[in-house]
Formats: sequence, C-alpha cells, structure tokens
Amino acid sequence: MKHIISVLVENKFGVLSRVSGLFSGRGFNIETISVGPTLDPSISQMTIVTTGDDRILEQIIKQLNKLIDVIKVTDLAEKEFVEREMCLIKVNAPAEHRAEALRIADIFRARVVDSTIKTYTFQVTGDEKKLAAFIELLRPIGIKEIVRTGKVAITRE
Amino acid sequence: MSGKQITGAEIFLESLKKEKVDTLFCYPGGVVLKIFDVLYEQKDIRIILPRHEQGGVHMADGYARSTGRPGVALVTSGPGATNVVTALATAYMDSIPIVVFTGQVPTALIGNDAFQEADIVGITRPCTKYNFLVKDVNDLARTIKEAFYIATTGRPGPVLIDFPRDVVTAKTEFHYPDKVEIRSYNPTVAGNKWQIKQAAEAIAKAKKPVAYIGGGVVLSNASAEVLEFAEITKIPVTHTLMGIGGFPGTHELSLGMLGMHGTYYANMAIHNSDLIIAIGARFDDRVTGKIEGFAPEAKIIHIDIDPTSIRKNVRVDIPIVGDVKHVMSDLNKELHKSKEPWDAIRKSWLKQIEAWREERPLSYEYADDVIKPQFVVEKLYEITRGDAIIVTDVGQHQMWAAQYYKFDKPRQWCTSGGLGTMGYGFPAAIGAKVAHPDKEVISISGDGSIQMNIQELATTIENNIPVKVVILNNRYLGMVRQWQELFYQERYSSVDLGSTPDFVKLAEAYGAIGLRANRPSEVEAVLKEGLKAKKTVFMDFVTARYEKVFPMVPAGASINEMIFGEEKKKEEKKLKAVK
Repeated sequence: MKHIISVLVENKFGVLSRVSGLFSGRGFNIETISVGPTLDPSISQMTIVTTGDDRILEQIIKQLNKLIDVIKVTDLAEKEFVEREMCLIKVNAPAEHRAEALRIADIFRARVVDSTIKTYTFQVTGDEKKLAAFIELLRPIGIKEIVRTGKVAITRE
Repeated sequence: MSGKQITGAEIFLESLKKEKVDTLFCYPGGVVLKIFDVLYEQKDIRIILPRHEQGGVHMADGYARSTGRPGVALVTSGPGATNVVTALATAYMDSIPIVVFTGQVPTALIGNDAFQEADIVGITRPCTKYNFLVKDVNDLARTIKEAFYIATTGRPGPVLIDFPRDVVTAKTEFHYPDKVEIRSYNPTVAGNKWQIKQAAEAIAKAKKPVAYIGGGVVLSNASAEVLEFAEITKIPVTHTLMGIGGFPGTHELSLGMLGMHGTYYANMAIHNSDLIIAIGARFDDRVTGKIEGFAPEAKIIHIDIDPTSIRKNVRVDIPIVGDVKHVMSDLNKELHKSKEPWDAIRKSWLKQIEAWREERPLSYEYADDVIKPQFVVEKLYEITRGDAIIVTDVGQHQMWAAQYYKFDKPRQWCTSGGLGTMGYGFPAAIGAKVAHPDKEVISISGDGSIQMNIQELATTIENNIPVKVVILNNRYLGMVRQWQELFYQERYSSVDLGSTPDFVKLAEAYGAIGLRANRPSEVEAVLKEGLKAKKTVFMDFVTARYEKVFPMVPAGASINEMIFGEEKKKEEKKLKAVK
C-alpha cells in the first residue's frame, strides 16, 4: 500500500543521505522524496512516498524516528491531508496540434511556461490522479519530456 | 575574546580528560601529527599503539564491553580510517559504546581526492550510531560531548568524529559543556506503566513461561534485576550469545544458550512455551530458526530500549519500550505485589524442563588419544574457577566457549555476536586486559581467526599487557568445514589450513611465550603453565580435526528440529544395515 510520510529533520548536511541510506540499506522503497526548508530555518521538511505492508511501514517509521537527526515522523495515512505535485511537461506542438494541446491544458488549468515553434512546455499542479489524467490526454500528441517534483503534503486542521 | 586560546589538538585532549578517558588506542599518520605531538607530553591518558587500526578499535571495543565505559580510539585519515570500518560495524551490531576519531584532510581539500583522503563519514554512516565532520574548531568541544552522550545513552553504539587537519591546528577558547541536549534524540528510559501491569498479569497467568535474555541485560547492567525476576517467579532463563553472563550460568533456573547451537532443553522450552519474556534481545535469525515455526503457542512480552527491535522479526503481544534495568525493576515491584504461589504453579513446567535436560544434556565424546576442543574449555573453566574474562573470535571455538564455560557474572564475556568478526578476539582481549590488569583475560580462538589480527602480539609485548591465548587448532576453518560436511556433500572447498604456522615459534618470534599440547594428558599442564606466566602466552592445542559443534539447528529449520552428533552416527549404521 502507498503511504505518504512527512518527516521533520535537522537542516544539516548529510541528513538526506542518512534518510535515503536507511531506505536503501534496509530494502525499503522510495517512490518520491522532496525536501525543503520550513518556517524555522534550522528544520527541513521531507515528504516521502513509499510502499509496503503494515509491518514494513511500522519499521520505516520506527527506523526514521531512530535516526538522530529526525525530529518528527508523521504517517499521513492516519490524518486528513492535502497532497500536491507539480509537473513540467514538454509536448510536441506542430501547427496541426497546437490548438488541441492548449485546449487540454486549459481543462487541467495548466499554464504554458515555454513555447517554441515545435513545442509547448506546460506547468501543471495537482494530486496524483489529476496529473495522471493530464499526461494520458497529452500522450497522443506526443510527450517529449516530463519532470516532476515529487509529492508534497500537508495535514488539515 | 579574553580567555586562553588553545588548538584543536589540545581541545581534543582536554575533552577526553573531561570524559575521564584513561586509555586511548591510537595509530598516527600525516593529518593527525599535531594531535600526537600533544599526546607526547601528557601523562593523564595511557596511550596504546596497536599494530593495525582495526586492532586498535577492537581494543577500544573490548575495553568498553568489559567495563561498561566507552572505549576511545584515534586513527589517521584515508586508509587509517577505512581500516576501522569492520571494527565499527562489529561494535554497531552489538551496541557497544565507542568513540572513534579519524583525521581528515584540511577542509579546503575535502572532495579534491587529496592524498590519504576518504569520505569516512559517508562510508561509516550505516555502521555507526552517529557520525560527525567537524568543520569549525569552535564546534569541537560540544561535538565531542555530544559524541560521548550519543554513544553511551539509549541503545549504545559507536560514534565517529572526523577531524580535518586545519581544525586540529586552529585555536579557540576551551569550554566543555556540562551537558548537552539534542532535541531530536530522547531515548525512552522508563517503560509504560500500564504495559508493565499487563506484563505482570500475563506472567501470573502463564503455565509454561521462559525468559529469553540478550545483550541488552548486560549493556543496561540489569543482571541483578533479572535474577530477582527469575527468583520471584521461578521462571527459567535462557540467554543469547550476547546475553551470556546476564544471568548466572550455574543457577538452577538457567537453561544455557538457545538458538542454532543452543541446548536442547532451552530450545524445547522456548518451542513449547506459552509465554516468552524477551529482555534486551532482538529475535535474531540465529535464535529463532525458521520464523514461521518459532514458539507457535507463545504469547510474547518484549522489553527493549530500541523500538525498531520490537515486531521487526516476530509478532509481539506486549511491547515495552524502555531501559531494561528500569523496566525490570518496575516489573519486579509489580510482581512482588501479587501473591501467586509461584513454586506450586511452576512445578510441572520445571519438571518437564528437567526431563528434557536429562534426555539430552550438553555433551561430547571424550577421547584419550586426541584432544577434544570442548575438553580444553571445560578444563579452562575448572582451572580459572569460572572467574576469567573470556574473549573469543568467531567460529566453532566461539560456540564451544559459549557452551562449556559457565559465566556467573556479566562483562566477563566478549564476543562478536552480531557481525561475527573473525579477528575480533585477540585485540578485544588486549583492550579488556588494559582495563582489568588484575584479572585473568583469556582469548579463546581458532587457528583461522587468530591469524586475522595476529600482529597485535607486538602490542602486548611492548605495553606489557599479558593476554593468554588459547588456540583450538584443528588446521581447518572448522565451522565452514562443518557446514560443508553436513550440507555440501563433504566438498571441502577452501577450508583446509594445512600450512598453519607453528604458533609456538611464532609467539616466541614476537617475544611472547609459546606452549603446545598434543594429547589430552598435556592439556591441564599447559593451561596451568600458561596462566601462571606474566607475559602473553599462545597455548596451541592441537585438537581433533573433524569435531563438530552440536546440537545444531540447520539453517531454515525450526528450533525444535535439532541435530545431534551421535544420532547421525546411528542413522548411518542403520542405512548400512539396510544395504
């Protein structure tokens, strides 16, 4: 089962490597990981998407907590939360497909962030399903490249 | 800045003094010259120079295991640092508090592939509890304080500090903090009261309970509490390889070791139990055998300071996270309150265990013409009256030492249990002897293992550290050979050590004493002479080549499916008769 884990860590060099090393060393899976500063500059926030059964997930959370630099671990499956991911997608856009590409982008509220004679680059934000649907619709036009940020998630009050 | 400015090297020394370090195992090199220059003048800390950095850190490990105080070592950058990786991993797997300092190239050169540069912080991240790279001399004192704090608290473990050359020479004022707080590191010490009550109730209800104790009992200095627990409740106690000495081996409630080479009665008791009280143990695969077949009827209470140990390998009914000493003391209070007629409740279960013990006691076949390795260990136990510190390497001799030497006290036994490091024993024994100059320290080893750190003979002679080495010499890598005999159709691949050196001459070449016994009748005399000597002694016991460690749970079997030496012979006879 897929889980999103939110981890607060000390903002020090080497911490990302400790976390990713824990996953690789113990054979846990990382689907996406994103890291950024929080309001407190000494603390960073990691959002990790991982898969595993209950036993593996329990170990992941315990092992993360055991790392000296980890301040707090939250399994978002136990909470109400909002998740988002941003994606940059470069598509083929010759004259005959330009209008179609823009129409699809409009439906998904994607923005054109770059445009050349042969391509468009879209920026789209959303949850997993929305991004998957957008990519599916663009596929027939011809996707040249996709870059994704990985998920970020935040609990609701 | 008004105070006196001192160098990083001096801060290093002053900090160790503040931590009451009395011995430093250290090997010099380019980037740490300045530190060795400072060490040259001082008289507070004993300096031991090993002959290999790995040996030095194993010495710090033996020092720590035998005293409970952190062992400290210092090595240079690059190869000096990479040489300690095995010793760090050894300490990490067995949760041993050591602090290791490595030199590093100057901060400006880090990442430039400088001479003798290695990313030791990166390399040792998975085999230390924590590690630091100190980039500013102003952080040095606090970092050292944090390193000792992390190494010795919670589940202990090795901590490494990487120490660039420019930080060694830079100057600042010295302030050693009295205490440190790390917001993200707060080990749980006291167990949950409600869970402890639940455990006491489960213990009162159980008909066939067994206590299963591990290294955590030794690390937490909780053997008195465990003894009290067993004596209140009349619960039999089995120990892991790391738990040796956590409960008196000669106590009537002791079942000896469990697991792969455990006693028949310990494994039968665990397999048939209705309640297992796991205390500072982690259900290692060498203990549980086939996990699906492990103690099918038992409820499990698991007491451990490390939450990750709980439910890692087996289901747990009552988890209690906390320091073993703390939790056991609370649990005992709870048990004292209940007025169960413990003797009466336990009678039939203890009788059953006695029957198993009589059915298959720990035994081997004595021979007149050739030395049986078990016989040497038994004699050693007899002569030392069970009072020596025993340090082992890894292999058959390690199992025989665990089976046939009875330990009544903790910290009398040092062995590489988790990582299983050949070459650990001799240097670790040196570390233990440094800490216990008045105790007999004996390294039991095999002819394979001893050769993995044999250079430390020079260390013992130079520093006058008389360690007694018992070599059970079968001219084989015996444990591997045993597996090849039993599970690889006797295809003895790369296990014959036929050209083993003459250990007597080898010891003499280093200035130590060498003794040899070829026949059983010589064993006692050699042991007595060796133990009497005031110098390091190699006692070479030329033993039966094909002796195997029994009983044994084959890999992949449940722990009640043990094989025994003599049984195999009987089967062979039967087969021949059928043909």
